[in-house]
Order: sequence, then structure tokens, then C-alpha cells
Amino acid sequence: MTAPPASPGKVRGETILSVDNLVKHFPITQGVLFQRQVGAVKAVDGVSFELRRGETLGVVGESGCGKSTLARLLMRLETPTSGGATLEGRDLFKASGGELRRVRRNMQMVMQDPYTSLNPRMTVGDIIGEPFEIHPDAAPKGSKQKRVQELLDVVGLNPEHINRYPHQFSGGQRQRIGIARALALRPEVIVCDEPVSALDVSIQAQVINLLKQLQNELGLSYIFIAHDLSVVRHIADRVAVMYLGRIVEIGTEDEIYERATHPYTQALLSAVPVPDPEARDQRNMIRLVGDVPSPADPPSGCHFRTRCWKAQEICAVEDPKTVPRAADPHPSACHFAELRPTPAA
Amino acid sequence: MTVQPTPASATPEGGHLLELRDLHVEFRTNEGVARVINGVSYHLDAGETLAVLGESGSGKSVTAQAIMGILDTPPAFVRSGQILYQGQDLLTQSEEQRRQVRGKEIAMIFQDALSALNPVFPVGWQIGETLRQRAGLSRSDARRRAIELMDLVKIPGAAKRIGDYPHQFSGGMRQRVMIAMALALDPKVLIADEPTTALDVTVQAQIMDLLADLRQERDMAMILITHDLGVVAGVADRIAVMYAGRIVEHADVRSLYKAPAHPYTKGLLESIPRLDVRGEELSTIKGLPPNLMRIPSGCPFHPRCPYVQQVCVDVVPHDLVLGDGRTSACHFAQEVRDDSAAR
Repeated sequence: MTAPPASPGKVRGETILSVDNLVKHFPITQGVLFQRQVGAVKAVDGVSFELRRGETLGVVGESGCGKSTLARLLMRLETPTSGGATLEGRDLFKASGGELRRVRRNMQMVMQDPYTSLNPRMTVGDIIGEPFEIHPDAAPKGSKQKRVQELLDVVGLNPEHINRYPHQFSGGQRQRIGIARALALRPEVIVCDEPVSALDVSIQAQVINLLKQLQNELGLSYIFIAHDLSVVRHIADRVAVMYLGRIVEIGTEDEIYERATHPYTQALLSAVPVPDPEARDQRNMIRLVGDVPSPADPPSGCHFRTRCWKAQEICAVEDPKTVPRAADPHPSACHFAELRPTPAA
Repeated sequence: MTVQPTPASATPEGGHLLELRDLHVEFRTNEGVARVINGVSYHLDAGETLAVLGESGSGKSVTAQAIMGILDTPPAFVRSGQILYQGQDLLTQSEEQRRQVRGKEIAMIFQDALSALNPVFPVGWQIGETLRQRAGLSRSDARRRAIELMDLVKIPGAAKRIGDYPHQFSGGMRQRVMIAMALALDPKVLIADEPTTALDVTVQAQIMDLLADLRQERDMAMILITHDLGVVAGVADRIAVMYAGRIVEHADVRSLYKAPAHPYTKGLLESIPRLDVRGEELSTIKGLPPNLMRIPSGCPFHPRCPYVQQVCVDVVPHDLVLGDGRTSACHFAQEVRDDSAAR
């Protein structure tokens, strides 16, 4: 497969996807006949970021932080409560009809679970070829089968296996099928929702390398959602850290992993087990107490303040904005943003 | 350092708290026989932590189930081998005798606390059940002891939460409830099967800390079953790496991470992305783990191994003893270790 023809104006590094103050609240209702809303789960609570052409934006956070809802919003599988997003200047959420199909063609998704995201009754050829039936204008002129076989080859599967069923493949191979399906329409943006977390370590590395290689060859932009910070550091150019529906810190891979200023990011990083027994006693760990509060009833002010060791009165009163801070010039949502003192080595 | 092929069971007699000798377990299914455990031997001494590391299908959990005597039979059958607890072979004991060991001597916690706990009984009742049934405590004594145990595993407001149901607890708290149940009869060995895999990283750190503290306070021995090389590095004394139902490498944690002596371990360590390093391309282990109904001839890792020679296809490698109690089931163990050390 060859890279998509670089039409004029498609410059690597320019903004391709822009998300502005996206909000998704799921209503909590009470009553059977006359349902009244008694609250809302604030799954995504005002998220803004930009994705540039050819880059990977990693989105990390713990379960319940809203990262998968964010993915579903971007794919228009959910309707946002408020806020907006534009893909190459087209409004994602106002598009309908033919416009919506063009938007969707340009943005595809790879799902987490390779066991449930493929229809067990369809052959691999049908699964990967199905996007062409939904988007006939994007279908190859000649033989559809030839194109599907090309795609199988691109993701490192045997093109002769086109008539096999998903259960005849291993987890890693199924994830490759999911990637081939996402590539079928030659999208420019792929949203990967935990694409490797269901895979074994030795298989995980194969899929990460494949995603990186495809990005280089096809100029793709990724939104890479994961809870594994090591994996994200490996693949992402920029990283957004989410906590209870908000981005608390966003920056380049280096800014987040080496110069984090938000206490949550620092705690998250220090909790990741490092595969080095020598580091066991030398690591300066931050131990958070308690659990993530319910997104139905997040704390006032800074959402993280209930678990934060720096919390002061202002944190309960005033929402910290995700803006550049004095400690380091990347956006961080903390009133007391500062670099972590490096432990004496 | 001398290399001499000896079976791993040539360890000193009698000294171990728990010892597995040449255990074989197979699953008899309609499609055929899957040889899930193919000669596993390891031992555990009082107060130490042994990590059993492996990917899905490596047999690490089945080994633990065999120790506990909770294999699903059928399809699972122990074909041969011994499981010695304080010198007694558990496999020759009656179900009643095994029941005495289970929980009281060797206890287990599972990966998914939500499905391991009974959803229709309060957690306090479930913790107390063991105490009433096995320790003969009265209802009120069992309840009092259950609160103590919940305190011990640091569940805030234990006395208030004793009547709550499992779904009212968060994932981390549920895992604590399960640990409390496992500790109820004060076992000497705790088997933790992927205890933190379903948890978020900050909660994982809390649970691993708790397990390490409890283990130390009570001088309990622990078998930690996991696929996470990071978790192992944080807590284990020794590590046994499993592949296709065999232990391919066995060493103390520090020397294993410094210089793995089996190509599979080496490949695993090289293929994990590191938090502290940003690399360009990850090295990978090519291919897939074998189908356990058709395990490759010779060394089961040979189709994926960069060191493969004809001998690997023909001859099953013995455990080569590499000194310091290290063994590696590879014909080229020394070469692999020297390569790793040179890295």
C-alpha cells in the first residue's frame, strides 16, 4: 500500500483535530413513569486539546477518568452535552448526511478487546471489506478482495487467510485485523482505545511496533488511549493526563515524563512498577490514599484535592485552569504546580 | 562457573515448606489432550516471596490451582508428580485431609475479586464464614474477628462496612476483603494469583504494599503469580519463569533482571516498554506461544528463539545449573546469560 497522495496543504504538524471544551454528562434518573433527573455522571467535563497531523497524542488516566467516553465522543458514538470539535475544519458534531460520512471516513477506531470487537460470524475478508460497503465512494475501483489482501499484508497477516474466521486467530492477530479494518478507508486519524492492554507482553510489542510503522508510512495521526504509562511513553509525542473527566496536564512526552508539575501526574508516574529490582529501595514513591471519587459527585474546585497532599483551601474553592505554570511552561491544572525534586541518586 | 545438567529436584531434602516435584497436569477435552503443565518443580521456604511469571497459557495459574486442590476435574487431571507441603504429599491425601490444609495452611487470593466474592452476602458474613466453619467461632466472635481482619487490611470504617455487599466496594477495597478472607485462618503460605491485574496503577501500588507488609508481619511465605515484570521486581525474592507448562528459568530476582539466562526471559525483558526510557523500536519475540495440544518437539520455545540450533529441535533441554541456585532450561544458557550481561 502506498501512502495517501499528499495533497497540497497537508503539512505535517499542522492541527488536524481540534477539540474545544467537550462535555459529556450521563443523566442519573429516578422514577419509572415520570423519570426525573437527579444528577449526572460527569464522564467528560470540559476537555480541550489539539491533535497535529502525523503525531500521536497519548491519553492516560485511571478507570473512570473518561478517556474511553472521550474516544466514543470523537467517533460520534455519543452525542456531547456541550462543546465542539473540528476535524480538518469540519465541525464533527454538526455534520450530517454526506458530510458526516466524509468525517467518519477520515477518522477510524481500533478497539480494546480483540475478542468482542470482531463479528464471529463474518470472515476476515468481510470484516475488513465491510467499510467499503458503507462508503462505496471509497471502495477500490477494481477487486475488493485484492484490496483486502493488501491490507492483510500491510498489518503483517497472511493474505491467504482472507476466508478464515476470527476464532482461528490469536489475540494479537485479531488486533491486527482490527487495525486493518481501521485502515481500509485510508483515514487520517485513528483513535486507539487501549489497543494493546488485552495482549500478552511479547505480543504487545509487536502491535506497538506495527502501529508506529504504519504511522511513519501512511502519515497517520493517533489518539492513543491507554492506562499503561510505559506503553504511552513509548508511542506518544504528546501526552494528556486525565482525572475525573478533565485534562489535568498536557505536554510533550518529555514534559510529562521528566518535568511533570501536577501532583496527580507525579503520583501516577511514581506508582508504575519499574522492571528493575535494583530500583526497589531507591525509588521515591508517592503513595496516594483512597480511591478515585465517583464522577457523579466530583469534589468541588480541583477534582484531585481529596487525594492530594498539597491541597489548601483555595483548591476546594477555585477550579485550577489547565494553563502554563511558572514551574514549567506546559499546561498543568494545579494551583501549586511545581517540579518534583529529583531524588538524590 | 560450572555447568552440569541436573534435574531441578536435586535440592536438599526435607528443608522446604512447599515443594513441587515434576508436576504434570493435562486437560482432556473433546478436541484432544492439552498438556498444560509439563514437569514443573519449584520450592518455597518459610517467609520468602516467589514470583511465578508467565504469559496467558503458560500454566502459572493451573499450577496454583493444583497446589490448592481446586482444579476443575474433569477436564483437568494431575498426571504425575508430587506436591509436598511440610514433607507430606498433598496429592495422595484424602479430600478431607486436603480441606484441612486449604485455607489454614495455604490460602489463595484471586485476580477478579468481584467474581470471587459472593454477591448476595455481606462481606463481613463471607469473611466470618471461614471462621465459623473452620475455627468453630460463634456468630458474634466471628463478626468481631471479621472486623479485626478488615482493620488489618486497612479498610476504613471496618465496623460500619461489615454489612455492606461486594458491589458497594471499589475494586481495591474488594481485593482487600479477599485478602482479609485469605488471612482469616492465619495461613503459612499465601498464593496471590494476579492480585493487582484488574486494578489501576495507584491502587495496585497500595495493594502490593499491603501484601508486602502483611507478609513480613506474619512471616508468611508468598507465591505471587503475575505476568508483570514490573510488579515482580518490586516485591519478589526469587522468580520462576514459565513457558508452555515448564519452568524455563529460575533465579533470584536481581541476577535474573541483570542477566537473564533463557532466551524467552531475555526476549520478555527486552520487549517491555520502559517508563524511564523512550525507545524507538521495541524488540519483539517473533511468533506466538504454542498450542498446548501440539507443543513443538525438543525445546518448546525453539520456533521463536533467536538462538535456535538443530539440537533445540531434537532434544528437550534439561535445567542447566548456573550457580547461585540459578537454572535455565536452555542448551545455550551460558551463552545467553553472557550476551545479556554484555548488554
